Amino acid sequence: MDLLLLQLFNGLSVGSILLLVALGLVLSFGLMGVINMAHGELIMIGAYCAFVTQTTAAKLFGGTAPAISYLIAVVLAFAVAALFGWVLEVVLIQRLYRRPLDTLLATWGVGLMLQQLARSVFGAPNVQVVSPAWLNGGLAVTGSLSLSYKRLFILGLAAFALVAVWAYLQRTGAGRRVRAVMQNREIASSLGVHTRQVDATTFAIGSGLAGVAGCAVALLGPVGPALGTYYIVDAFMVVVLGGAGQIVGATVAAFAVGGLNMAFELGSTASLGKVAVLIVVIAFLQWRPAGLIARRTR
Amino acid sequence: MATAKPTASSRLLPAPIGAAMVILLIAPLILSDFRLGLLAKYLTYAIVALGLDLLWGYTGMLSLGHGVFFGLGAYCAGMYLKLEATRATGEAMPDFMVWSGLKALPAFWEPFGSPAFAVMMAILVPATLASILGYLACRSRIKDVYFSLITQAVALIIPILLIGQQGYTGGTNGVTNFGTLFGASLKERPTQIVLYLATVLVLALSFVLSRWVVRSRFGRLLVAVRDDEQRVRFLGYNLTAVKVGVYALSAALAGVAGMMFVPQVGIISPAMLGIVPSVEMVVWVAVGGRGTLIGPIIGAIVVSAAKSTLSESFPDTWQYLLGALFVAVVIWFPQGLTGLRISHVIGRFTGRTADRDLADATHGTSTGKERQL
Repeated sequence: MDLLLLQLFNGLSVGSILLLVALGLVLSFGLMGVINMAHGELIMIGAYCAFVTQTTAAKLFGGTAPAISYLIAVVLAFAVAALFGWVLEVVLIQRLYRRPLDTLLATWGVGLMLQQLARSVFGAPNVQVVSPAWLNGGLAVTGSLSLSYKRLFILGLAAFALVAVWAYLQRTGAGRRVRAVMQNREIASSLGVHTRQVDATTFAIGSGLAGVAGCAVALLGPVGPALGTYYIVDAFMVVVLGGAGQIVGATVAAFAVGGLNMAFELGSTASLGKVAVLIVVIAFLQWRPAGLIARRTR
Repeated sequence: MATAKPTASSRLLPAPIGAAMVILLIAPLILSDFRLGLLAKYLTYAIVALGLDLLWGYTGMLSLGHGVFFGLGAYCAGMYLKLEATRATGEAMPDFMVWSGLKALPAFWEPFGSPAFAVMMAILVPATLASILGYLACRSRIKDVYFSLITQAVALIIPILLIGQQGYTGGTNGVTNFGTLFGASLKERPTQIVLYLATVLVLALSFVLSRWVVRSRFGRLLVAVRDDEQRVRFLGYNLTAVKVGVYALSAALAGVAGMMFVPQVGIISPAMLGIVPSVEMVVWVAVGGRGTLIGPIIGAIVVSAAKSTLSESFPDTWQYLLGALFVAVVIWFPQGLTGLRISHVIGRFTGRTADRDLADATHGTSTGKERQL
């Protein structure tokens, strides 16, 4: 029973990480139809931000980094990844508008370069982000079941990001413009929405979310140049399953993929779990080709 | 009459391609064992690139999982070679099965003792997998980037499966330690030369086949699908049949390439059919020039040769270069090396700038339109 609950919790946790990773993709894919293969590397950048913040803080304060430094790292990771994303959009992606397959290739190339950059700067071996003391240990539910604070924190972070993105899209003027461009780019443009600016801003926000995701995964394991590649394919499956540009769809899909992964893992092995998830995704698309929630365009 | 003959023969084999064939055929006389082995490897890559180009350059379906088909073909050939090596030493089953504690040769390995069966499977297994995937994708109208993402997911999980089933597949190490092919040692030069020449022949046949396909009615249909899928559907064509057909053909070519790869390189492991090798295959086509048949062959050879040379001496620089190559090709040379040459020539004679050609080539479609069919 405890094992089942633990596995359920792990499924939620995997789902929350996928959600953090996929949120940014949903924005860029939904808005511009752009597949950003460098998204994984933006995650990696966020994770290294956590590492750099921590080591710098440790140096400044002699030995141990203060508790607040991790939270600063999250903000910093958002900013740095958003900056990378903004540059990427302005320099590269804007020139490839309406050529989604080409964008996919070009961003893959950027991803390769960013990985190598990380290798040049930080070295090929993995580095470790020591999680802050307040995230060590876990919440004891029963005698043998304890929910790790780190994973609970990531769940909270994902929920926060989700609400923030939702509020941005639904409750701000900038978000309304994003939605307008998503629904019909030409009409929005003719009504005076500066679509290029909307693209760049949205892409930067999506990239920043990847940075936050990077901070989150840095808590759970070692940080290396190829960190992003572990998450990126699953995240794309979430986007495909959820439907392009659908925050709600992506949320459901993220937890579904996370849960299925864990459920199948319980029944077989981790590798067969991944295979089963892909089969489920393909089977589901047979039934609803546009994903969980179909996109409405006007 | 007198003029008809050279036209017909040049249609069959244009002069530059004939020259290239001659160079490839005399290469064994010049190159060392090591270099010849490398060239043979690149030629197998060229076969994959050719198949991938039919799918991407002509039909507009970008597969990010062709490494899987290449790998499946390679595994089929590897299984035969492994069984021959096992027979030679008189053991009951391959070494890695013994290490994994298997008691007997698995039933599905048995028929791979026959070379004819192995060759057949190297073609059929990739083609069948592609047909199933293609059918499911077409049925639910998964296309464009969605298709690419699904194929990439396949490239993610197949290696995981292969690694997981260590007793049956050799796990991370893959299938290796071969000895002989039909009794001839794989390490000796005569065998290598024969295998090399066989690869040249297979490449030539693949080229002729692809050429025939793209010039046929089916080939016209492929380009039509690339340029406007909806229109083809509304014209009453069976879109699923077209797409599944070209995907299966493309996968079969990749399988054949894998089959030729294994005896010459001596190993096939899951690392060779993952996401990264699959994307590299796409680079070959993009760099060489999608939508032409000679482009992917040139691309596969040039990029792989550059990789071997640069990654040995400057491993760091190579990664940057490969990344930059992706970006540069996509932004500045969507038609690749061959397109570059053609547009230069056109520009010289008509005064058109390369930029305008480029804009024409990419206007309205996600893939570059290539008029040089």
